[in-house]
Amino acid sequence: MSDLNSGLSPDSLAQIDREVAKYPAEQKRSAVMSALRIAQVEKGWLSADTIKLVADYLGIAPMAAHEVATFYNMYDRSPVGKYKLTVCTNLPCALSGGAEAGEYLQKKLGIHYNETTADGKFTLKEGECMGACGYAPVLLVNNHTMCNHMTPDAIDRKLAEFN
Amino acid sequence: MTVYVKGVVFDGVDFDDPNSWNIDAYIQRGGYAALKKIIAEGITQDTIIAELKTSSLRGRGGAGFPTGLKWSFMPRSFPGQKYLVCNTDEGEPGTFKDLDIIVNNPHALIEGMIIGGYAMGITVGYNYIHGEVFAAYERFEAALEEARRAGFLGDNILGSDFCFQLHGHHGYGAYICGEETALLESLEGKKGQPRFKPPFPASYGLYGKPTTINNTETFASVPYIIREGGQKFLELGKPNNGGTKLFSVSGHVNRPGNFEVPLGLPFSELLEMAGGMRGGKKIKAVIPGGSSAPVLPGHIMMETTMDYDAIAKAGSMLGSGAVIVMDETVCMVKALRRLSYFYFEESCGQCTPCREGTGWLYRVVDRIERGLGRPEDLDLLESVGKNIAGRTICALGDAAVMPVQGMLKHFRAEFLHHIEHKKCIVPGY
Amino acid sequence: MLEIEIDGTKLTVPNGTTVIEAARSIGTHIPHFCYHKKLSIAANCRMCLVQVEKAPKPLPACATPVNDGMKVFTHSDMAVKAQQGVMEFLLINHPLDCPICDQGGECQLQDLAVGYGGSNSRYEEEKRVVPNKDLGPLISTDMTRCIHCTRCVRFTEEVAGMQEIGMAGRGEHSEIMSFIGMTVDSEISGNVIDLCPVGALTSKPFRYTARTWELSRRKSVSPHDGLGANLIVQVKSDRVMRVLPLENEAINECWIADRDRFAYEALNSEQRLTKPMLKQGGQWIETDWQSALEYVGNGLKSISREYGAESIAVVGTPHSTLEELFLLNKLSSALGAGAASFAGRYADARLTKAQQGATWLGLAIGDVAQSKAVVVVGSTIRKEQPLLAQRLRQAVKRGLNLSIINPMDDELFTKLSGKLIVRPDQMVEAVAAVVKAAAEHKQQTVPAEVADVVVSDDARSIAKQLVAAAASEGGRATVLLGNLAAHNPRAAEIAALANQLAAVTGATLGWMSEAANTVGAQVLGMEAGNALVKPRKAVLLFNTEVEFDSHDAQVALATVKQAEMVVAFSAFKHAGVEYADVLLPITPFSETAGSFVNMEGKLQTFNGVVKPLGDSRPGWKVLRVLGNLLGLEGFDFDNAEAVRKAALPQGEVGIAAKLNNAVNGVVVTLQPAGAGLVRLGEVPIYQGDALVRRAPSLQKTRDAAAPMVSLSAATAKQASVAAGDKVQVKQGDAQAQFTVAIDAGLAEGVVRLPVAHPKTVMLGAMFAPIQLTRA
Ligand SMILES: Cc1cc2nc3c(=O)[nH]c(=O)nc-3n(C[C@H](O)[C@H](O)[C@H](O)COP(=O)(O)O)c2cc1C
Ligand code: SF4
Ligand code: FES
Repeated sequence: MSDLNSGLSPDSLAQIDREVAKYPAEQKRSAVMSALRIAQVEKGWLSADTIKLVADYLGIAPMAAHEVATFYNMYDRSPVGKYKLTVCTNLPCALSGGAEAGEYLQKKLGIHYNETTADGKFTLKEGECMGACGYAPVLLVNNHTMCNHMTPDAIDRKLAEFN
Repeated sequence: MTVYVKGVVFDGVDFDDPNSWNIDAYIQRGGYAALKKIIAEGITQDTIIAELKTSSLRGRGGAGFPTGLKWSFMPRSFPGQKYLVCNTDEGEPGTFKDLDIIVNNPHALIEGMIIGGYAMGITVGYNYIHGEVFAAYERFEAALEEARRAGFLGDNILGSDFCFQLHGHHGYGAYICGEETALLESLEGKKGQPRFKPPFPASYGLYGKPTTINNTETFASVPYIIREGGQKFLELGKPNNGGTKLFSVSGHVNRPGNFEVPLGLPFSELLEMAGGMRGGKKIKAVIPGGSSAPVLPGHIMMETTMDYDAIAKAGSMLGSGAVIVMDETVCMVKALRRLSYFYFEESCGQCTPCREGTGWLYRVVDRIERGLGRPEDLDLLESVGKNIAGRTICALGDAAVMPVQGMLKHFRAEFLHHIEHKKCIVPGY
Repeated sequence: MLEIEIDGTKLTVPNGTTVIEAARSIGTHIPHFCYHKKLSIAANCRMCLVQVEKAPKPLPACATPVNDGMKVFTHSDMAVKAQQGVMEFLLINHPLDCPICDQGGECQLQDLAVGYGGSNSRYEEEKRVVPNKDLGPLISTDMTRCIHCTRCVRFTEEVAGMQEIGMAGRGEHSEIMSFIGMTVDSEISGNVIDLCPVGALTSKPFRYTARTWELSRRKSVSPHDGLGANLIVQVKSDRVMRVLPLENEAINECWIADRDRFAYEALNSEQRLTKPMLKQGGQWIETDWQSALEYVGNGLKSISREYGAESIAVVGTPHSTLEELFLLNKLSSALGAGAASFAGRYADARLTKAQQGATWLGLAIGDVAQSKAVVVVGSTIRKEQPLLAQRLRQAVKRGLNLSIINPMDDELFTKLSGKLIVRPDQMVEAVAAVVKAAAEHKQQTVPAEVADVVVSDDARSIAKQLVAAAASEGGRATVLLGNLAAHNPRAAEIAALANQLAAVTGATLGWMSEAANTVGAQVLGMEAGNALVKPRKAVLLFNTEVEFDSHDAQVALATVKQAEMVVAFSAFKHAGVEYADVLLPITPFSETAGSFVNMEGKLQTFNGVVKPLGDSRPGWKVLRVLGNLLGLEGFDFDNAEAVRKAALPQGEVGIAAKLNNAVNGVVVTLQPAGAGLVRLGEVPIYQGDALVRRAPSLQKTRDAAAPMVSLSAATAKQASVAAGDKVQVKQGDAQAQFTVAIDAGLAEGVVRLPVAHPKTVMLGAMFAPIQLTRA
């Protein structure tokens, strides 16, 4: 069994174990969402091998983990840039500049949605409602950091931080 | 920005103080007093549920189902494991209230859930948090740790023999998980595909065990009700619409944000609190209850009060309390196109009418927006909508149809104009 | 009971019945796609929407439980409109090219669409195109046709036990697929082809070879494992084109195993023997039946005269029909050679002597799964008995405690309540431990021969489960013996102890028969065991390939090689071309009338589905002519039915009278584990009989992969080898090279290396000492 674990760092495995502990012993599968998230944070994206690693660790069918990895759209099934930027363009945000923020970013980075800059630094995604419409335009950086009120000026400042 | 007038959920919260969320601040403003009172006085489960019924608290997740009644459905004496689940998968376009609760007052939610566990004889709970607001998940985990350390959560709470474990679980990008049975599937580590009901979660829920699910705001209202009494809560609002409600106001207003106000407040006052129309423009339309609620023309809204019954009477739904305000510059075709895309994108793909129908709706609206529409298309949209509504496993099908029906009902002429002239009647969003 | 009215007809149904089931019970068909009686309810296709009085919306009949007094309308305006709406949605993204679809003519969507679909599509947007998937050598995909009913997904998860197929993605982008880079490897995977209501999943070997309306459907019975799955064989111009399950709830339910489904490819194989052949001066020449049989007759007469009839060995396999085996056995005794032998992989002669009758399952197939505890002793059950394994899996979900006493711990895709994993040479001691534990638990005297065995906690818990299950109200406990027990060199002792275990615990003892006619052969009085373990002058091989069908391939090969005359009755050219003198083309099961007696003692009769290929003839006819030619009595039969009557004068009653699992007079002697390495040589699933060996598609599956040497990590370490290493294997004087794999489910000292495979025939016996060195 030991070689199954070799693909994820001890720190990631410890994090997964903490998640597993939240659920009844026979329901380890419940931890698959956080386990995939933890694996993605470590590896940058979820390759088939990584998904299988997670599935084996939790004792579920690889296909069961793959279903989860492809159903939820914050999992990246192909490599992304160092910074994955997701702009919400849904109606409430669009009314307050969400769509423009997206367009501004495309122009500024020279890429379209679902593309990555040539230097591998930025990937741009169009997102659905993030539950933060009051702070539009909103931008999600690498899935976990929400940036509010992303007017063109604010975007410039944010991008500068990443340089 | 968050404003409250008569706070229940945000009772005493100081939004300028970065530490106002933590347990000390919460206790200082009367937090956990309700729980302590229950334990100290041995208040019975029946009394708590009766108090909730008196309060007339209705579910804040969208459907407005009376919470006291829901809690009374839980087979309390059922001997096996039972679960309590909180729905913080807020992803309905326009809604951002639960985020505010978790970030600014997580202990109100935690206390509400502990009381729920006590009232229904449940020992384990989970809070399912929308993946995109990951900071909220982390904040919630931190608050849980505080509550555990303070003895409010875990084994033998406050020295009694009542035990309650509570954990956070995050989503990772799927609106459908807000639907309660999809949420349960997701919590079980599966795709978020809604279950056919019946059986309802009260008999067959998480891991097949009896489960009660409520929205974040619903739970966060409970400590106040227990502390101050159901009657006082009821009186904050109006009959059948007890208490205050958080309204998430977005769109063309000067001060978008959350407003905790008594149910029954005139819409015009809410609009004023949100700073009025941005740029002094004329109000054209409002979606009063999240994107799944039918749109209403501005003039109808200006005559309406913000409560379940009044909005229903006006032809829409209070839903999650997300108020999307649109001014005269908004092209309704373009607005609908974006909403239809959302439902198409977020359909889980399980049942035929929703999987196939949401794509069809979107493609037709998209065609109209691109100037390729035909006059028959409006009837087609209505007909396809009829074939979806009421025939799907969950209400996402209905939610996808609602905006189409609302738009065609109130703004049909604008759609016809678009088809005829192949362009918008007004410039943009 | 609940009262319900469907379209005006009143009926009562038991609590828990769904509307679709209630409707079916009165012959009302409600259209559906996702619903399947053997799968969980998904209610996702929405085709079965019906109107229910007082319900504001149409409800899915498949998922709606009947309420008392419910009134259902399946053809009302509301119902029909809802169904039409769903049909329109299903068709907007479905190709409308039925004439080129492999499912055309047997497509549920096509059938229903004719009744519902409007003629003109209102959908004018672009249709979805879905890339195809590689699910392996058996299942072909045309994923654009998929209607997302998830029957295939639910089958792999719920019936096959492991979710090999899933629906990835979301919404309109959902796609049915296997995990990236993995094929569908279940031994019952082909059932998804039948389950798929459209042409998304079809049979790869059958693909584009015929249109369904050109095929005639004939009933038959599977000639492989001991279950006797019922088949529908589909035929075009005297060629078998496809095999499907014939539903029989008591035997195979609505399923068949992949070998039942795909082995037919061998029937049309190039290797079929179509002409009698004689070897003359070292050269094979084709001849006619008359000359060939005269040659055989003369040879037998002269050998019998010269060396005595005991020098003749008559060898069959339990894959032949009752009629063939009856005449084969009759021929053998009429020649004076005693009973014919039939189970060449049995190695313990004591077992045959001790047996009191024909060994069988001990109860009906359906009743096995009604047990509350089952202990399987010595079986790769998923591979030996795929459908029985499936039944047990379903039963475990309903609360059955399943345990194994086995030399391996293969994945069974079900929950095990207990297991004893031991070396093959310790199977006797493992069963003994459970016998002792059971006696102690019941506070009975421990039988003397097991008194010294050490009882582990696991043995104790298995014993307790059996005792508790047998004692529970209406409960039943069952001990099942498999091929690995039957083939064990100490099989008689295992059987004796299993009998004791059943007696002590109150369980039923059963044997899961190795092959389609294992029970039949025993009822006929044939001798289980290998007749080729001693030198012979003449050998008659009936449907037997000695190197694959013997316990020790090398011993059997040596015997046939030294014999003066070897006659091979076979449907195929096989290795006999090297050692035989005569090859007689007999037909496979599909070209003859006949019958098999399955593991529960049920006689199942079938007719030939196609004409004999070339000059080949049904085996019973060939034996009839040979018997007459030899001037033997009682070989005059007009048809297979007459042979059957002679074989079973009392029919099924006669079978029942002979079924008996008791053994008498076996001395059990406990032994310590052998010191060195021991071979675990099971028969791979697609090597068991002449047909599966020659089915190209089955041979491409993972189950047919080249044999490797598998060891536990500890054993590998002791032998200083690691996964992927090449090792030299030595068994007796024979040697060969294999690659090492690690198998965590093996006891220490066990070297797993299958028999019955071209790559391993040079080695010896199934469970013998073996040596390893790094190559
Ligand atoms: C498509 C869909 C999305 C939903 N999203 C949410 C949500 O984000 N948050 C929520 O609390 N309820 C949501 N609901 C409603 C829940 O199913 C459920 O009714 C609610 O969580 C019950 O809590 P309550 O009684 O406190 O309102 C959604 C329902 C549907 C059909
Ligand atoms: S492939 Fe066939 S069985 Fe599987 S989901 Fe699609 S339509 Fe259903
Ligand atoms: S058969 Fe009922 S929904 Fe598919």
